[in-house]
Amino acid sequence: MANLTLVQAINLALVQEMEKDDRVLLLGEDIGINGGVFRVTEGLHKRFGEHRVVDTPLAESGIIGTSIGLAMAGLRPIPEIQFDGFLGPAYDQICSHAARMRTRTRGGLTVPLTIRVPVGGGIHAPELHSDSPENIYIHQPGLKVVMPSSPYDAKGLLIACIRDPDPCIFFEPKRIYRAFREEVPEDEYVLPIGKARTVCEGEEMTIVSWGASVVQCMQAIEKSEKSIELIDLRTLYPFDMDAVEASVNKTGRCVIVHEAPKTGGFGAEIAARIMERCFLHLEAPVQRVAGFDTIMPYYKLELEYLPDTERISLAIDELAAY
Amino acid sequence: MSSVTDPAPPATTGGRPLAERTSATPKQLQEWLRQMLLIREFEIRTMQAYQDKKIGGFCHIYIGQEAVAVGCTAAVQHADPIITAYRDHGHALARGMDPKYCMAEMFGRIGGCAKGKGGSMHMFDKPNNLFGGHGIVGAQTPLGTGLAFAKKYQDEVIEGGVNKHVTLCFLGDGALNQGGFYEAMNLASLFDIPVIFVVENNGYSMGTSIERGTSMSHRIIAKGEGCGLAGYEIEGMDVITVYEEMKKVADIARAESRPAMVDLRTYRFKGHSMSDPRKYRTRDEEEQWESGDPITRLRDAMIGGGLIDEEGFKDLNKAQKIAVREAITWAENSPEPDASELYTDVYVEKFGPYIGTSMPQIVTDAEGSR
Repeated sequence: MANLTLVQAINLALVQEMEKDDRVLLLGEDIGINGGVFRVTEGLHKRFGEHRVVDTPLAESGIIGTSIGLAMAGLRPIPEIQFDGFLGPAYDQICSHAARMRTRTRGGLTVPLTIRVPVGGGIHAPELHSDSPENIYIHQPGLKVVMPSSPYDAKGLLIACIRDPDPCIFFEPKRIYRAFREEVPEDEYVLPIGKARTVCEGEEMTIVSWGASVVQCMQAIEKSEKSIELIDLRTLYPFDMDAVEASVNKTGRCVIVHEAPKTGGFGAEIAARIMERCFLHLEAPVQRVAGFDTIMPYYKLELEYLPDTERISLAIDELAAY
Repeated sequence: MSSVTDPAPPATTGGRPLAERTSATPKQLQEWLRQMLLIREFEIRTMQAYQDKKIGGFCHIYIGQEAVAVGCTAAVQHADPIITAYRDHGHALARGMDPKYCMAEMFGRIGGCAKGKGGSMHMFDKPNNLFGGHGIVGAQTPLGTGLAFAKKYQDEVIEGGVNKHVTLCFLGDGALNQGGFYEAMNLASLFDIPVIFVVENNGYSMGTSIERGTSMSHRIIAKGEGCGLAGYEIEGMDVITVYEEMKKVADIARAESRPAMVDLRTYRFKGHSMSDPRKYRTRDEEEQWESGDPITRLRDAMIGGGLIDEEGFKDLNKAQKIAVREAITWAENSPEPDASELYTDVYVEKFGPYIGTSMPQIVTDAEGSR
């Protein structure tokens, strides 16, 4: 075991998969000599060489399109898109090609691709560098969407994505890249895609969250006197509705917390599923604590935008009193 | 500099004996003639089937451009990947796809090359190294770079040898104006990736002539030169010329592991799609190009060279008509997909509504036809 940050856990997963399988190669902007803007790929260029850790031009459509071609021909490319907002230029390649290739070829061609993307706010960056666009890709059948909230989960889920035969988007919450450390096994391990994690158990209320918000939720739960169960979805598609259902049926109350804007956010889908599957168990309407329906603000207003402990605590109290 | 709206060169072989014009064997020439006749007949019947509402979606006909797919495919090896855009029936047939799988795909039947899930624009044939058939203009070009990159990586990094492959990435002249194409060329040049961007320059982006829609239309290879790609301008209505010139381009790209861009001057005799009224060009212009029909040119050259006679040509043509008729019958008899197919092949494993994929599959006669 080693005490690692989320960045270090991801780096370790990449090293181990590259050592194990020479079909695995990395592509991205400044990921090689510089080790990536967040230093996630630090040391890999030196270790594996420029042919396996490829510094690319600033060309997201080209990076993802080329990676899809690499994957169609049998390799396991892991492109990095430097910031969440830069997924825009690559959207066409992700949704027109990567997501659809298996269906379009009746399984004849697959795209075993893992797109790594630092995601979300909290690092004083402007919009396009702090966004949470996960719902756009959850809505595209054919993709798997993963967002870990801890170093342990990050390593196991990234290895799962790399080995998965379908295209995965691996969102890395940049706010918690170095926020805390956790014991992470040095050996390789795989966590199942599509399985939620119960962070803490409780009886009176369920909180469903993912990514960096999980940390805020945990802080709110620690401050509260209520018995609250926290479910970290970890995988956003396919998502573990069974875990949510079991918990909400037990507690009868649910708050969903995410950074992305509220309208059309993934919380809306979870809330609708709870309506479908838990209606007779509900003691109160499902609540959402989310980003506001606006453009992610620059750093002076960033903390106003992000769901924080205070807003989560308020929702907990209101829901408990309903 | 000639414009693509100039008429095609006269339908002669320039008076030179065949043996001086090509290194191809009589058997190869015969095969190219067969392939072009097959594509022509296939497309004629495709238009009819479309008009009979047996084919859904959209349909882009390859008639007139046969020499490009046939000559280019012949100039590379079978293991070399090919990827193209949506006017793709000709490439599929030239690469060796059985016409019945191609036809069944357009009919939306289970025996299609993609189980009837892709349609006209999505011809895939992995065993024949054909990687689509893609519907977004120009978006296949970074994939072409990636396929060539993968082959180079396998040859050089995994096997520790030298590059042995070259990839043909076809695009139309309309795709010249898509941003992704520039990214694909730039990446290919930077990383010494042996991909040849073959522009099937038929002079029109849908209904807009190249002069009206593309800067530097008189010399489009300048766009590749801006990224350091070697550029070639090749007359695309004569299969022998296409083969001989493309072979040189492919040999250089393979040996030097460098990308290239080819401006292949051709013409589609039909509209952009089946619903195109062709108001943007004159009948006179069409007739001038039709007088340079690539099939007539090869036939005349072969007759002149004593490689085939009128009777032999008729027999060869008849055999293709029979093959296409059989393909249509086979496609009509192939079952329609079951509703459960909605959820197959979206992901590899089963979860939620998804039925999964057991194994990457190729079509077989047994499952394709009742």
